[in-house]
Amino acid sequence: MKFETLTSKIVVVPVDNIDTDQIIPARYLKAISKEGLGEGLFVDWRKNPDGSLNPDFPLNKAEAKGAQILVAGDNFGCGSSREHAPWALVQNGFRAVVSTSFADIFKGNALKNGLLPVIVPPDVHKQLLASSGKTVTIDLAAQTLTLEGGQPVQFPIDGFAKRCLLDGVDELGYMLNQEAAIAAYEAKRVGSINTLQ
Amino acid sequence: MKPSSEAGSRPRTIVEKIWDSHVVTQQPGAPALLYIDLHLSHEVTSPQAFAMLRERGLKVRRPDLTIATMDHSTPTYSLDLPVLDPVGRAQLDAMEKNCKDFGVRLYNRHSDHQGIVHVIGPEQGLTQPGMTLVCGDSHTATHGAFGALAFGIGTSQVGHVLATQCLLQTPSKTYAIRVEGTLKRGVSAKDIILAVIAQIGIGGGTGCVFEYLGSTIRGLSMEERMTICNMSIEGGARAGLVAPDDTTYQYLNGREFAPKGAVWDAALERWKTLPSDEGAEYAKELTLDANTLEPMVTFGTNPGMGIPISGRIPDPASVSNPLEKSDLTKALKYMDLEPGKPLQGHPVNVVFVGSCTNSRISDLRAAASVIKGRKVNPKVRMLVVPGSQQVKHQAEAEGLDKIFREAGADFREAGCSMCLAMNGDQLEPGEYSVSTSNRNFEGRQGKGGRTFLASPLTAAASAITGVVTDVRSLM
Repeated sequence: MKFETLTSKIVVVPVDNIDTDQIIPARYLKAISKEGLGEGLFVDWRKNPDGSLNPDFPLNKAEAKGAQILVAGDNFGCGSSREHAPWALVQNGFRAVVSTSFADIFKGNALKNGLLPVIVPPDVHKQLLASSGKTVTIDLAAQTLTLEGGQPVQFPIDGFAKRCLLDGVDELGYMLNQEAAIAAYEAKRVGSINTLQ
Repeated sequence: MKPSSEAGSRPRTIVEKIWDSHVVTQQPGAPALLYIDLHLSHEVTSPQAFAMLRERGLKVRRPDLTIATMDHSTPTYSLDLPVLDPVGRAQLDAMEKNCKDFGVRLYNRHSDHQGIVHVIGPEQGLTQPGMTLVCGDSHTATHGAFGALAFGIGTSQVGHVLATQCLLQTPSKTYAIRVEGTLKRGVSAKDIILAVIAQIGIGGGTGCVFEYLGSTIRGLSMEERMTICNMSIEGGARAGLVAPDDTTYQYLNGREFAPKGAVWDAALERWKTLPSDEGAEYAKELTLDANTLEPMVTFGTNPGMGIPISGRIPDPASVSNPLEKSDLTKALKYMDLEPGKPLQGHPVNVVFVGSCTNSRISDLRAAASVIKGRKVNPKVRMLVVPGSQQVKHQAEAEGLDKIFREAGADFREAGCSMCLAMNGDQLEPGEYSVSTSNRNFEGRQGKGGRTFLASPLTAAASAITGVVTDVRSLM
């Protein structure tokens, strides 16, 4: 999924260390396709034990409707490697998550699904945490995030991931094109690759 | 995973050595293309990857370098019963079909090689020093115990490995974790890693690979090293490893997929060059004194919220950072615990001995040593789930199954089970468990369930008394 610029209001979940079991509980992982995973997003926080909606959870508030940018606490996406986490976020309309840091595996998975992990400094983060419902613009080419009425703030992103998102590069296609190099590497290592046959 | 453009010209860590020898190509402006020696697969994170191969008309490039099993959605009740959950059964059926269609070797529910993917790799000699090894599972770090660079990947990357046997990767830093000294009686490998995570926090190793060093680590068995490497991800590191030594080679020699004869000799020569060079540079370092460690137990909703068994539950009032304060408050509310009180003596409903962290034969022996001649407290449901069929057979050969059953515990078939509650083994809302697994996140062991992470010794002791217990009081 390509990503260039995005302007959207933000929804804030002010919790550190949001793990992938909260983003989507394991019971939703029995699916063999990606369909319907969106229902599992934050489900144990969105819903009360009796199945009714928890009106206090930020995603359930009226101001969250249509928000494509999630602002969350430090170390977002820690825990398991389940790609179901970014799938569930994307299926709920999210295109970016903003935090002070991301767990490594989640960050990689998000980038492969057109979901941009945006790392901002603590002072900017603090301001965003207090700006629920306000509008933010993300410009990937310029690597900037701008809160309405504020100055653009730079964020880091891996150069290759940026190119893939901006140009819609097919990562696997790129890898398949390296077939000759892969075959040459294998030829060099015959005997030290332990095959199972 | 720092690339070294001048391999051999400066001291390198084991992580850099493995990285350097697996770079297929490095194009300008792109990450390195890293060759993957072994790919392990299970039913939960692979179906969408196989679907992608079908959509694009691709084959599995090296079916001889992928091995699959069933563990996560797999029931642990009798193998004579069919899989009763229709959704779980559909996932297991999909795994059968995918492996058959693409020529991947599968150890299914009825195979005597079946088990948790991170238990069967080592026990069958699949996991070897110097390898790059991946799996769609964050606890792939376990295999680092053999001096392999082993890490978890998402499903898109599972597809990449199936199609190309490679991954696009950027290097990580190496973080040295030194553990020195002698463990006291009742203190185990699990307590070491829980203490490390309590110290650095669950994001402490982000962007890093841990290398575990020091006299304590050298003195540990392979199974103990696996327990430590397993929870590297709980410290935020994608991978963690221990350089291979004689303990590693002795464990591997003779196992089914380990090299034999002259191939073994050649492999051994290569493996002996793997340990980090003297003077190699580490991005970060931490030293832990094993002499001062106590059994550890977690009180909160992430694995970094751990205390020594004699400790007290921390008070949010003493935390200054507002988000940290609210997280701790939220955790104690979910766990229904009071700050300032000891955790020891807190009632327990369920004890779970199992998971890729602590389900190997030495873990079952440790738990059985406490259980033997005693009864599980009538208020406690105790579940013992071996990590693999091989572990189960070994436990039965040693009579451990009888010890558990006679004490009133349930001894099951192999699988992930109550670690993540996908297969029907789960906590009821509000229940407390002492669990030898790796995550105490909200709802991890069942919606509304509450988890205290601990060692097999602590778990077994708590099963006997019905409350969180210092195992040393029963030794």
